[in-house]
Order: sequence, then C-alpha cells, then structure tokens
Amino acid sequence: MKVDLTVNGKEITADVEDRMLLVHFLRDVADLTATNVGCDTTSCGACTVLLDGESVKSCTVLAAQASGHEVTTVEGLASDGTMHPVQQAFHEQHGLQCGFCTPGMVMAIVSLLKENPHPNEEQVRTGLEGNLCRCTGYHNIVRAALAASEVSS
Amino acid sequence: MIPSSFTYKRASSAEEACDLAAEYGEDAKYLAGGHSLLPLMKLRLAAPEVIIDLGGLRDLSYLTDQGSHIAIGALTRHHDVEHSDLLARELPLLAHAAGQVGDPQIRHRGTIGGSVAHADPASDLPAVLLALDATLVARGTDGAREIPVGEFFQGLFETVLEPGELLTEIRVPKPAAAGWSFQKFTQRAIDWAIVGVAVQGNQVALVNMGGTPLRAAAVEAALADGASPADAAAHAAEGTSAASDIRATREYREHLARVLVSRALTESASRA
Repeated sequence: MKVDLTVNGKEITADVEDRMLLVHFLRDVADLTATNVGCDTTSCGACTVLLDGESVKSCTVLAAQASGHEVTTVEGLASDGTMHPVQQAFHEQHGLQCGFCTPGMVMAIVSLLKENPHPNEEQVRTGLEGNLCRCTGYHNIVRAALAASEVSS
Repeated sequence: MIPSSFTYKRASSAEEACDLAAEYGEDAKYLAGGHSLLPLMKLRLAAPEVIIDLGGLRDLSYLTDQGSHIAIGALTRHHDVEHSDLLARELPLLAHAAGQVGDPQIRHRGTIGGSVAHADPASDLPAVLLALDATLVARGTDGAREIPVGEFFQGLFETVLEPGELLTEIRVPKPAAAGWSFQKFTQRAIDWAIVGVAVQGNQVALVNMGGTPLRAAAVEAALADGASPADAAAHAAEGTSAASDIRATREYREHLARVLVSRALTESASRA
C-alpha cells in the first residue's frame, strides 16, 4: 500500500506492506537508524518517536496508521548543527552510557517537557516509566531531563 | 517481530467501519490505538486477515457532561481521560485510573473503548467502569444498542459484542457517593496489575481476579450491613476465580485482593 508520512519535516511517500511497523519504516525506508528496536513488545521505549508531537512506541504503530501524520525522530531535533536542549543536557549530565536507550529517552523527555515544562524529579521518573536503560543509568538521565527543563524556562 | 500479512483498511466514519466489518465478517478486526491488538498480532496470537483502522474517527473522541452522566467517545485516548478537567471534577476515579494505564507512550495511543472491547481481565479500566456502573453503546449495521457494563464481559477477551458491532460511547453516571480509590499492585512500573481494586462509594470492583472484571459482591454486602473497611475487605476473595500464573499464585492474588480492598476502602472513606 502507499503511505505518505512527514518525517522530520520531509515528506516521504513509499509503497510498503500493509503490516509494516513504523519503526521499520523509519529505519529501512527513511534510512533513519537512530530509532532502535529494543524489546519489540511495547515495554522498553527504545523505539520512542514523536507522532504529531507526542511520544509513541514505534514498534507498536503501523506505518499505515502514521500515514498522513508527522513523525519526529531524534535525527530531527538538532537545528543548524546546534543540539536540542535535551540532547545538550544529556551531553553535559552524562545521561548516556552505552547509548542504546538514548534516542528513545530523549524523545520521551521532549514529549514530557512539552506537556509539563517544569516537572519535579518524581514527575520525571514517573514520566519515564515507559523507558528502560539497560545500563541502569537512570540518575543521570533524570538529571538531564531536569537540566533541560531549566534551560527551556 | 512482524505480524502475519493482512489487508489494511482505514475507516473514515463509524458507518463505514461497520460496513467494512460486515463485508469482511470474522476475518476482520477493528484497530483503535492498537496497543492491545498489535502486540498480539506480533506474537502471532492474533492473525486477522483485515484490519479496520478506526484512528481517523476523530468524532468518536470526546468527553461531554450530559447532566446525569458523562459521555465518553470510545476512541478517547487514556491520555485525554487522564488530563480531562471535566473528569477530574466529576469522575476522579476514572481520570486517575486512566493515568495508571501502561506508560505515557501507551496512553498517547490506547483508547478507553479499545481497552473495554479487548476485555482483558487484567486491564484497569474495565473494572473501573464496572465500579462506576457504566453503560456501553454499541453500533452495528442494524442500529445502536445500550449494554450495562455488568452484562458486557463474558469471559477472557470475550464480550457480548456481535461480530462487526462497534463500541461507540461509554456513559458513566455521576457517582452518588464521593469517596473513591484505585489500587493497583504490579511488580514493575508498566506491568498489568497482578490484582487491582476500584472503589466508588460502596461499589467495589476487582482487576484480574477471574476471567472478567468482577464486582466484589460479598464486600459490598458487608458494607451495606455496616461492616468496617477492614471487616468488609476480609470478604474480597469470595466469589472470585483468580488464576495462578507466572506472576502470582491464586492464593497470593486472594491475599492481595483482601489487602488492596482494605486500603482502597480506607482511602475512599478519607475522600468521602
């Protein structure tokens, strides 16, 4: 079937299988491989992207469902070589170790801060309950989210 | 993991959805947010030949005050139920419980109607709607009908919906008694409840204590006879048929039901 998605501001039209998952569309069709497939069971959050500005797990969305909608991946955050405040905060707060969960964590935090620009620590921790870090590096991830919320204030 | 092949159809109206369902019969499944169905399809536990996507039916996403009850469109997402000012005021139990479903990403996609129609006894919202005495509205090619939520769930993943019938609205009466509580016991943050309890006034419903969500009738009878929360909660496992599985034995679930009902009744009384 023909799908038509806007990914990071760019329109992508492709003929794909009806059953294609959004994460596979992003990685294999749009060639945007930052979005990872982790658990593949809607648990770990490694595949988190923004769909019409809100965080979703792209392993549990069909490319067909996203047709006609806007998707943002971590590749779409930086502008003119300047990192997004959440990316910058991850850099400064050492918010990543192996980096596998990072694209999903960053996108989940971007969505969280959009809904609640000034969360407290507990709200950040509950807001990230859908994202797992296999390095268990949660403390610095939470620090990065809080630092990013201060930057955007 | 990739689902087995299917044909994707996007419905642009409830009428078109019902027509498509009638056309494809038992081979077709409705897809709302997809957060129950797609995981099952990826595990090949479900393999519908046709998917009818309801995602475009924006007119079935609403929360309105109808005086004696609140009307909720079946495609209203958990996120919108959680953050509704109307529900925070009129149905805080439902708003709170919706915020306990899955995680933020899941709540951005999952819908109240999808959760109810899926009829997983481990889901939070079916039990909450049972405690609230909701009425469900379903539409088929022959018109609409109202179904009391107490008659809706027939068994594990089974409801009284006929093939092709589409759940369109959930009507929740404004509660007479103000006290409420929702208790959910999980091992990990985003797990389904091992056991959950929803309380509104003296109405008590249980999550995951049988093949369907259940009203804790023995607890309600004890409360009606003037029992204290602790004494009433001792009856929480009566009439239940909890499963033993990888997460918990039946005995443990029965213990949890008593503990959580006691906590829920105490919290509810503090809010009354």
